[in-house]
Amino acid sequence: MAKVKFKLNGRELEAEAGRLVIEAAKDAGVEIPHYCYHPALGNPGNCRMCIVEVAGAPKPQVSCRLPVLEGLDVKSDSPAAKRAQASALELHLVNHPLDCPVCDQSGECGLQDYYMKIGQYQSQVREDKVHKGKRLEIGPHVMLDQERCILCTRCTRFVDDVTKTHELGVFKRGHVERIELTPGMTLDNGYTGNVVDVCPVGALTDRDFRYQVRVWYLDKTDSICPGCSRGCSISVHTNTKRNWHNEGRRVARIKPRYNPDVNGHWICDDGRYSYRPLDAGRLGKVLRLQPAREEISWAEAAVEIADRLREGDPKGLAVVASGLLSNEDWKALKELLPQSPLYFSPEPDQVGEADELLRRREKVPNLKGAEALGLKSGSFEALAKDLESGKVWGLYVIERDLEKVWGAKAKDLLAKAKWSLFQGPFKTPLSEAGSYRLPATAYVEETGHFTNFEGKVQAYHKALEPIGSAKPDHEIFGLIRAALAAEREGAAA
Amino acid sequence: MAMTVRVVERPKRTFATQIFLIEVWKGLLVTFRHLFVNLARHTAYALGMRGGEPGAVTIQYPEDPAVLGKRARTRHRLLKREDGAPRCTACLLCETICPAKCIRITAENAPSVGVEKRAKSFDIDLGMCIFCGYCVEACPVDAIHMDANEVEISRGTRQDMIWNMAELLGDVPKAPKVPGAAR
Repeated sequence: MAKVKFKLNGRELEAEAGRLVIEAAKDAGVEIPHYCYHPALGNPGNCRMCIVEVAGAPKPQVSCRLPVLEGLDVKSDSPAAKRAQASALELHLVNHPLDCPVCDQSGECGLQDYYMKIGQYQSQVREDKVHKGKRLEIGPHVMLDQERCILCTRCTRFVDDVTKTHELGVFKRGHVERIELTPGMTLDNGYTGNVVDVCPVGALTDRDFRYQVRVWYLDKTDSICPGCSRGCSISVHTNTKRNWHNEGRRVARIKPRYNPDVNGHWICDDGRYSYRPLDAGRLGKVLRLQPAREEISWAEAAVEIADRLREGDPKGLAVVASGLLSNEDWKALKELLPQSPLYFSPEPDQVGEADELLRRREKVPNLKGAEALGLKSGSFEALAKDLESGKVWGLYVIERDLEKVWGAKAKDLLAKAKWSLFQGPFKTPLSEAGSYRLPATAYVEETGHFTNFEGKVQAYHKALEPIGSAKPDHEIFGLIRAALAAEREGAAA
Repeated sequence: MAMTVRVVERPKRTFATQIFLIEVWKGLLVTFRHLFVNLARHTAYALGMRGGEPGAVTIQYPEDPAVLGKRARTRHRLLKREDGAPRCTACLLCETICPAKCIRITAENAPSVGVEKRAKSFDIDLGMCIFCGYCVEACPVDAIHMDANEVEISRGTRQDMIWNMAELLGDVPKAPKVPGAAR
């Protein structure tokens, strides 16, 4: 497209012809206030917040409906433009209940931010405010407060254009106009948390996050959702400094992070609400379980496990893993046990529903990472047969719940193995059935890379300290490998 | 960074300063001046020759209660609404502003729609409080005051220095200062 020259606040800028002024300004680092405009949801131009002064135009214009033209002279910070923006904000706040103290949005609210930036006027409202519905549970995850709503219609456009499920609509007119559920429906489409994110005010809030912790206490870490092979970019919000909030859980919520190549602006509800069990049933101690249950050090465990691995035929040691391992973990596992057969297929327990938007069938993030290293998975049925025939003497189980793989017969199958070991972040029914139990970190406690189903390698970062003496999987493999190497040297000398 | 040194000359010790007697007498002169001026004021007040305040008096604290200024910041108090429920909406602004981090609040859903949020627990650790009064300034609903007129807040253990919501509201008397003593 042809480039055109225009002026913004006196600066000479260049942009593609037809690009909206609000977008061209954002590219140049100037944020024009806005509520209804959203890059993924269009620009109805109903909030009138992005109003700017255009030289030659008799009246101010909304910059989200104004394409860039050659020679356009736009001012977004002139006194006239700022007065117009403040007036628009004042209109939005006429019937706003101003209940910031009890509103979960406060701290990240568009009304608060713009009031401090461009508002700061004295209220002229003397009349009573219009009352509408409050605390309406419109779905399993979302709470609606119609009084706080500024009717930007981002949420209705989300359910109309993105999920195409049409649960929300604008009802009535004038001062009683409101967002409401379409009669007979509830907001439950698997992507409902996104309407909370797009809502610029506190009208739509998260029922899960409600009153758990104030947003200004949260730390944010870039991460990748481990919920399926899509690998959506997420931001993990943690509360570590004030542990009496959020019922003691360290992860307070998960928010999507904009990534145009993978998930755009959205994530699914499965990924968003997957943080609750992160602190439950965690392993933190290195345990020797046979002959007696005893806590041991990592060094002891590594030496003992290395001894056992050297004794047995590596081809008879089956490694049960899953796509939850990072690229680093896969590499370290390959180096530790190059000859042992691997079983990490997501069938039968780690598959679920898929849809056209984001969710993928495989509910683990990193099967492609193993594939890229040339690792291949055997089938769990074949492993069950090999265990029964005695072909497999040992099982190295990593983060996998065998009862979900084999059902009720898992316990008997595991007993067939002469030696087994469990390594993982969470307790499973069979995590103490083997000889050792090693604590590993969850994805929020380590830094690594996942390769998504399209082959995109993405980094996730450490948001929290590990529990107890837990270590990332690749460090555990490294410890055992070092113990193997050290003893070989000892034997040689 | 180069250090700048300034040499200060020590005051000279003369015989007169070294025997101390002259300085002691100078000091006692001040003491006796106060004694006689105060005595004169009390006498004049007793004879009705002087209005206003009598002379200075030693406050017999702790036998007599401490006299506090009208705006003194003392122990915190949580206020109630007209219907008897705590005014606090658990907005956590006092917890946020508190420089000593001595306030701990947990929030919950309130049963009525009019009041959406309320405090489930509200603890102040007076052992950590620095009595700056920021919590009172920050409160948007006038739920916390520092006007209980209580300055004797010491307790036998650190745990007893923490006041919970019922104690701050005045619903439950705080544990006595000496463990086991009558309330």
